[in-house]
Amino acid sequence: MSVEYNADQKIPHPAMWGVLYKSSTPFWDGVKEKRVMLQRCKSCGYWLNPPRPMCPKCRSQESEWVAAKGTGKIYSWVTFNESPHSAFKTPYEAVLVELDEGPRIVSNVVGINSDELEIGMPVEVTFEDVAEDLTLPKFKKVG
Amino acid sequence: MFDEYLARRYRTTTRPKKEHYLVKDSAAIVGIGATEFSKDSGRSELQMVCEAVKAAVDDAGLQMEEIDGFVRFEMDYTDEMHICSSLGIPKLTYFAECGWGGGASCSTIVHAAAAIAAGVAECIVCYRGMNEASGRRYGRIPGTPSIMTAPRDHFGSILPFGHCTPPGWVAMFASRYLHEFDATAEDLAWVSVVCREHANRNPNAIFYDRPLTVQECVEARMIIEPLRLYDCCVDTDGAVAIIVASAEKAKKLKQKPAYIVGATQGNATEGELMTSYYRPVISGLPEAWYTGQELWRVTGAIPSDVNVAQFYDAFSPLIPMQLEEYGFCDRGKGMDFCRGGDRIRLGGELPCNTSGSHLSEAYLHGMNLIAEAVRQIRGTSTAQVKNAELSLVTGGLGIPTSAILLRN
Ligand SMILES: [Zn+2]
Repeated sequence: MSVEYNADQKIPHPAMWGVLYKSSTPFWDGVKEKRVMLQRCKSCGYWLNPPRPMCPKCRSQESEWVAAKGTGKIYSWVTFNESPHSAFKTPYEAVLVELDEGPRIVSNVVGINSDELEIGMPVEVTFEDVAEDLTLPKFKKVG
Repeated sequence: MFDEYLARRYRTTTRPKKEHYLVKDSAAIVGIGATEFSKDSGRSELQMVCEAVKAAVDDAGLQMEEIDGFVRFEMDYTDEMHICSSLGIPKLTYFAECGWGGGASCSTIVHAAAAIAAGVAECIVCYRGMNEASGRRYGRIPGTPSIMTAPRDHFGSILPFGHCTPPGWVAMFASRYLHEFDATAEDLAWVSVVCREHANRNPNAIFYDRPLTVQECVEARMIIEPLRLYDCCVDTDGAVAIIVASAEKAKKLKQKPAYIVGATQGNATEGELMTSYYRPVISGLPEAWYTGQELWRVTGAIPSDVNVAQFYDAFSPLIPMQLEEYGFCDRGKGMDFCRGGDRIRLGGELPCNTSGSHLSEAYLHGMNLIAEAVRQIRGTSTAQVKNAELSLVTGGLGIPTSAILLRN
């Protein structure tokens, strides 16, 4: 299903990861504008995912951020029946989505029952404002 | 892409000459010691570690004054300075620490054996103490970051989605593994059932008097789908200490030495802390594969030479996955190896996790597995493999890992 939150608890925010978070800033800036941004090596085109300062394939430090189409497939998924964090009401699913461009991202689903969720299922991005200062890219059924 | 990725592993980089591997047979595990394993120790980690070290020193027949080195876990809340002050160990000439949670278990032996082979120390304590079950953190500095809030960049991309604990992280790999190889909850249950059978023979195991059936496994409470209650290790309070000494010294001590044939570590590229979801294939454990390849290379042994194995089992799917990665079966065949339990239980082709291991004995970050591997060499296990000559132990998974091979 969709994740439900306990309103009085703070959802972990990407910015909690301090200065190191800088490498992912373009991703989260993109989310605010409802886009999924991915880092790619400018020299050889290899996806740098998660973001990295250098391309592991050609060692170039030149990279660019490009917008993904936002479509992909469920690559793997789990259901949390025990909450690891007070902000999340159980049960809820965490999914690993393989974007059509290739890179994978961890996310949640919106409006998909766990009994219909399966590996290979086509999904597309949707953006959910989960807190005043936090929008998350989540995935729903295509169409 | 799948085949290309797997093939890439074989294109290994150059390695030091095998004859330069000085660790082989130059050190042995001479002492093992542990506290009781419980759900609430009622005392500090420092106190438990001191008890375990003293027990290991007595087991070895050493004098406390002979200890000259310590290797600790990066994650441990105790340190060699305070342990030595309590135990009256006058001086150390070698101390090191190993990272990556349970991946550090056999790494501690790598460091100890290498230091001994290099002549830096002669008698080294490797240890782990944790109040994992009761959560007592005596002596912990308030505000010490836990694994949940460690300043790791990638966590910013997963925690906002509630994907924030080791069982959840491993469940994501397991979900894909079970899917790719058509394995069921019943298949997986055999792993937990065999570990429990072994624990039922071990009076020190937390689940000593609690039998377990496949039916109970598949009907147990779902923790994080696809992992149910008995697919997860047993949270434990306790401490384990292992003493490594030079082979020369080992010969003069009380116990039959468990000689270290090889001790290796492995890291694999494009890794993230227990969440390496971005590699072309995630239904394997490349760190374990590299660690195994190096172990077989430096020791000259092959998997079929091994008589008994203790595979790190924080979660049950990790055992079939490691059977594949360490070369005991083909890729995708780990589940077949475990199904029905006959090949992995005592009396089988490769008796695994003979103390009950993390799933049923205790979860001491792999150090209780090393102690069991030593008992197998000594002939004192409660699930003893007859004439065990080669005994394998592996370290934590989904992180840089480690393994050791012991002989009698
Ligand atoms: Zn490049």
